[in-house]
Amino acid sequence: MIYLDNASTTEPSENVKNAVLDAMKNFANPSSMHRLGINAENIIKKACENSAKIISVHPGNIYFTSGATESNNTAILGYCRQNKKKGTHIITTAIEHPSVLAPFKILENEGFSVTYLKTDTYGLIDLNDFENTLNDNTIFVSIMAVNNEIGSIMPIDKLKPIMKQKAPKAVLHVDAVQAYGKIPLKAKQWGIDMLSASGHKIHGIKGSGILYIADNINIIPLLNGGGQQKNIRSGTENVVGIAAFSQASEDISNYNRAYVGELRNYLKKGIEENIDRIKINESKEETQAEHILNISFLGLRSEILLHSLEMHDIYVSTGSACSTNKPMPSHVLTAIGCSHEETDSAIRFSFSENLTVKDMDTVIGALKKEVSNIRKYVRK
Amino acid sequence: MKEIILVKYGEIILKGGNRPKFEKLLMDNIRNAVRNIDNIKMSIAQATIYITPQNNDNIDLICERLSLVFGIVSVTKAGVFEKNMDAIRSGAAEYCKNDLLPGRKFKVEAKRADKHFPLTSVEISMDVGGYLDDVMDGLICDVHDPEATVKIEIRDVAAYIYCEQNKLAGQGGMPIGAGSKATLLLSGGIDSPVAGHMIAKRGVEIDAVNFFSFPYTSERAKEKVIELASILAKYTSKINLHIVPFTEIQLAIRDNCPEEHMTLIMRRFMMKISEKIALKNNSMALITGESVGQVASQTLSALNVTNSVVNIPVLRPLIGMDKKEIVERARTIDTFSTSILPYEDCCTVFTPKHPTTNPKKINIERSESKLDAENLIEKAVEGIETMTIYPKM
Repeated sequence: MIYLDNASTTEPSENVKNAVLDAMKNFANPSSMHRLGINAENIIKKACENSAKIISVHPGNIYFTSGATESNNTAILGYCRQNKKKGTHIITTAIEHPSVLAPFKILENEGFSVTYLKTDTYGLIDLNDFENTLNDNTIFVSIMAVNNEIGSIMPIDKLKPIMKQKAPKAVLHVDAVQAYGKIPLKAKQWGIDMLSASGHKIHGIKGSGILYIADNINIIPLLNGGGQQKNIRSGTENVVGIAAFSQASEDISNYNRAYVGELRNYLKKGIEENIDRIKINESKEETQAEHILNISFLGLRSEILLHSLEMHDIYVSTGSACSTNKPMPSHVLTAIGCSHEETDSAIRFSFSENLTVKDMDTVIGALKKEVSNIRKYVRK
Repeated sequence: MKEIILVKYGEIILKGGNRPKFEKLLMDNIRNAVRNIDNIKMSIAQATIYITPQNNDNIDLICERLSLVFGIVSVTKAGVFEKNMDAIRSGAAEYCKNDLLPGRKFKVEAKRADKHFPLTSVEISMDVGGYLDDVMDGLICDVHDPEATVKIEIRDVAAYIYCEQNKLAGQGGMPIGAGSKATLLLSGGIDSPVAGHMIAKRGVEIDAVNFFSFPYTSERAKEKVIELASILAKYTSKINLHIVPFTEIQLAIRDNCPEEHMTLIMRRFMMKISEKIALKNNSMALITGESVGQVASQTLSALNVTNSVVNIPVLRPLIGMDKKEIVERARTIDTFSTSILPYEDCCTVFTPKHPTTNPKKINIERSESKLDAENLIEKAVEGIETMTIYPKM
């Protein structure tokens, strides 16, 4: 199996599987006062430390959630609803993940005015645009660190200084799902107020994520109840998921960016040399995440290619959900200026360190065969 | 309190000398439909099947399952009471109390099958009606337009009481399994499951055939067909599903035949392969979801072209129905929401831009002659994957 869909989810590592098993044995409620409860609580404390290291913050500011969707919803809805008296203008980008765009839509319906920042063909926002959008009424900015479809790295470190000038009241939330552990994130130093990340994108398990919340940020919790996690997120902690997140964070701290970059370049070059009529949907070299490669194979529909690769035991994803009834071209590719044909034929390869150069050769060989095969049959 | 289930059946009554055979078949199908719920007891009298569950808690689930069994017109729960007027009066008041609310129009209809019972049917009705009127608040007696009809059946062993309006409607039709079988061309769309249901309702056992074009359609499209088959199996108890690998045939057509003939030639291959499968499995006919003029391949001249390749009857129960009517039926039999999942026909690679709507058989045959049809069909049949699909409950 050659699994090239790591931006969707990743295979849990052996370390993580062991951590999960171990956490299941420490089954007690972390809020219980007895010794067993303390054992479970210690797993959580360790997890706070391991994840705080990745984003360079204080462990006490880490909160565990059911995943990035909950983290994003908590940050966006929780902060804006709590602070709407301070202002009603909020900002995000056109290429965010649906778990950011959907809560923004809700707030728009609740009376907030929303600016969706456009991006250039490299999937980047323009900092001058950003500056011009900010005003005294702006209270909240949410910008992703790495885009999930094309892998562009946003200038997150440059945002807060501009905000301090133009919109002193505004706080900054970063959806770091594709960035966590993959690129440097200095959340405290860069002035990030809230940050979301997910466990299953870094060889952890589904149903576990974090939300970093800086000191002095007040939010209305989404979940209310027993007051766990300083009343930010009630509910008995998912110790098993947290243990997995903890282990996955520890492991990703040794992430080999250069190696993944080599794999990406190798595959990209191989495709460029062997297959004609392609378009690479990517950022500039210095703002491109290593683990994502998005390519349009013009003259075919990506879903057919996806299934053809499946026959070679190669797994990728498409840039758009293909269906005759409901054409849903990717909002990201559309936003960076791709034509209909380009979005319709886009394949996303997303890498992990488990892959080898030899795997890339296999993929190139399979692509060569299948792409020309499918193109033969597709109506011009 | 003890309860039983009364099952009424319709058309079987008209089957003259064959009636006992059909009754036995229906009872077998009933037992089979509830076999994993309860080991029921059954008896039959005067066109009614009486079902006593071992465990009374199962009664609602059993009724629900029986409402899907072909041959049944209605299913009713009834309270079982002693055969004396005191028990019957208080039984009617107690068992129907949720239907006899203040302001409701009601009547009582008794039937005395046990002629030794001292009161006549009319006397029982009047007696119980009067009693209910006395003890229940605000009831209005109305024998012409009742909102609640209290039914009392006096049988040999007991009196059964229920409210007519609580009857569950059954599927009607005939019990499956009198020996006839047909093969349904099951796509992932809205029409073919409805067609299958309609023929199965006439007591015909169903096999299904699906044509699978991986990688041009996804694994999910296959999952969807299996899901549809399992919904149909709720009515038929099980379905044998034959999945035919079809990619090679489609590619050969695409390579060698004019684009505008593609769909019809493809349909002819499907019919031929389905007939082969049918004959191999003792099936006597094919079933399709075609309706005149719905798409290019369903005009009368197109149907003529596709029909002419097979020798067994092709049943087309939807032939005169509008899409709207078909959709309504699909909703009723619960296949609609699965049929509209987007995986089918996802990639329109094999759909011509301008399909011919008024084809001439001779032209299609000429186009088709460029293919080694026999060999292609043989290979496809060899690759068939057959699975038995059980109901999804």
